Amino acid sequence: MKILVIAETDGAKVSEKSLPALAFAQQVGADNFTLLAIGHNLSGIESLTRYGAQSVWVADDPRLAKPLAERYAPVVTQAVQQAGADLVVATTSTFSRDLLARVAGLLNTPMLSDIISFAIRDGHAVVKRPIYSANLIGTFEAEGTPLVLTVRGPAWGKPHVVERSSPVQPFAVPAELPTRSEWLSLQGGAGGRPDLTQARVVVSGGRPLKDPETFEKYIGGLADVLGGAVGATRAAVDAGIAPNELQVGQTGKTVAPELYIAVAISGSVQHLAGMKDSKVIVAINIDPEAPIFQVADYGLVADLYEVVPLLIEELKQARSG
Amino acid sequence: MKIVVTVKRVPDPYAKISPNAEGTDIAQEGLQWAVNPFDEIALEEAIRLKEAGKATEIVAVSIGDEASQEQLRTALAMGADRAILVQTTERLEPLSIAHILARIYQREQPQLVLMGKQAIDTDDNQVGQMLAALLDLPQATFASKITIENGTATIQRETDAGIETIRVPLPAIITADLRLNEPRYVALTGIIRARSKPLEVLTPAELGITPQARVRLVAVERPPARQAGKRVQDVKELVRLLKEEARVI
Repeated sequence: MKILVIAETDGAKVSEKSLPALAFAQQVGADNFTLLAIGHNLSGIESLTRYGAQSVWVADDPRLAKPLAERYAPVVTQAVQQAGADLVVATTSTFSRDLLARVAGLLNTPMLSDIISFAIRDGHAVVKRPIYSANLIGTFEAEGTPLVLTVRGPAWGKPHVVERSSPVQPFAVPAELPTRSEWLSLQGGAGGRPDLTQARVVVSGGRPLKDPETFEKYIGGLADVLGGAVGATRAAVDAGIAPNELQVGQTGKTVAPELYIAVAISGSVQHLAGMKDSKVIVAINIDPEAPIFQVADYGLVADLYEVVPLLIEELKQARSG
Repeated sequence: MKIVVTVKRVPDPYAKISPNAEGTDIAQEGLQWAVNPFDEIALEEAIRLKEAGKATEIVAVSIGDEASQEQLRTALAMGADRAILVQTTERLEPLSIAHILARIYQREQPQLVLMGKQAIDTDDNQVGQMLAALLDLPQATFASKITIENGTATIQRETDAGIETIRVPLPAIITADLRLNEPRYVALTGIIRARSKPLEVLTPAELGITPQARVRLVAVERPPARQAGKRVQDVKELVRLLKEEARVI
């Protein structure tokens, strides 16, 4: 089983989001995998050399300075052929969903999205993946070489570090790349806080937070004392209390931090779909009947405006003491 | 400008979905069906482009069994001009769907294909990108804003990093995200008008496609349930437990 792992980049630097795909490669391919990173003057390449890849290929070209699927896809297909890959893998994200499905189309080969398990049985792949907004798990049999896969980050965890460092080699970019799509701008970003999908701690708030200032004061304040990221429910986003890139849930991001604190979140199915793989869940809600308490490890029935400031104080003391 | 919009028949997004008794698929008894919400958003966008004078014709396309006519009638009632059903009872994988849509594209020669970023049943999020690859066209996935001008589309995309803006020349494939718009309710006059709009039925074979089944759904189960934990009395107890029991702070 020869695996090609596609590193996530924004064209300028490699992202830690690639780690679950590397963990998948270690588990499924043993040491038989190659990593491909695409961009221009990429930083952070050395962070990818510690996980036992046979080689780390770097496709560097000014035309690849921004992550446009139309341009990246032919680079990936060329690498698939060169590596003789049976599996093409990346961690599930908007980057990989955009890029790898185009790659599968170019290769005319099947793709399985967001998988949580993988096995080979009677010559075909057997994978499990969440379907119906993660309300159910489907088992799929698939044949086709190569198979294209995105792997659900929380299900695969982190790769182990190996002693031998992978050699970094330049990868020859095809002379002809489609350059019809043009990258114009990116707005947003976590504003100094850790990336929501990678943070060790996530503090999320719901609709009762009233307005952006209140949301920032209570949810942002609690996240900062824990060094965590900020998340929000769809209702909070729809009400204009928090920006959409903070949305956790079926229509937003899937997170699985070590600690998830849900503040004034009732716990709709749509929200639970995005956070129920978290290791420890804390719920703070004034309504003792809120469904969030059914998934929470620790529940506190209380008014957020009373307890969040106390919690911030208590955590400051706990951390300093 | 002609726009092709995809319309998938899926279980109602608010329905409670369970595995069937054999655990091979979902239980379909008593299930309500609807237009895939992301496709509905794509259709709404096409209708708004037509109302703004940027589009001249909207063709709604569905692939599925005969019952998908119901969702195409909804699309016609919302404002599509005509509909095509590629009728099949087989469960088709995303790549086969993309091949069928590629044939529809060649037949219709639209300047724009608008579709949902994913269907809320199998959540693959693949068909738009695969279609763009098969047709060698630009793609813009997860659109939250689309501006059409002088043969180009400028698209705001909802990415993990924030809102990315890209520009693509038409023809192109654009997939809709949740925040692109809020679809309108179907008016009674629309329902009446929809009855007289054309709905063509084709088969994959008539389009020259023999669908491959390289991905098969073989089992459906519920995910393991999470157990409720304990109630804590106050902030002090919570912090102590997080520190000493859960060891996460």
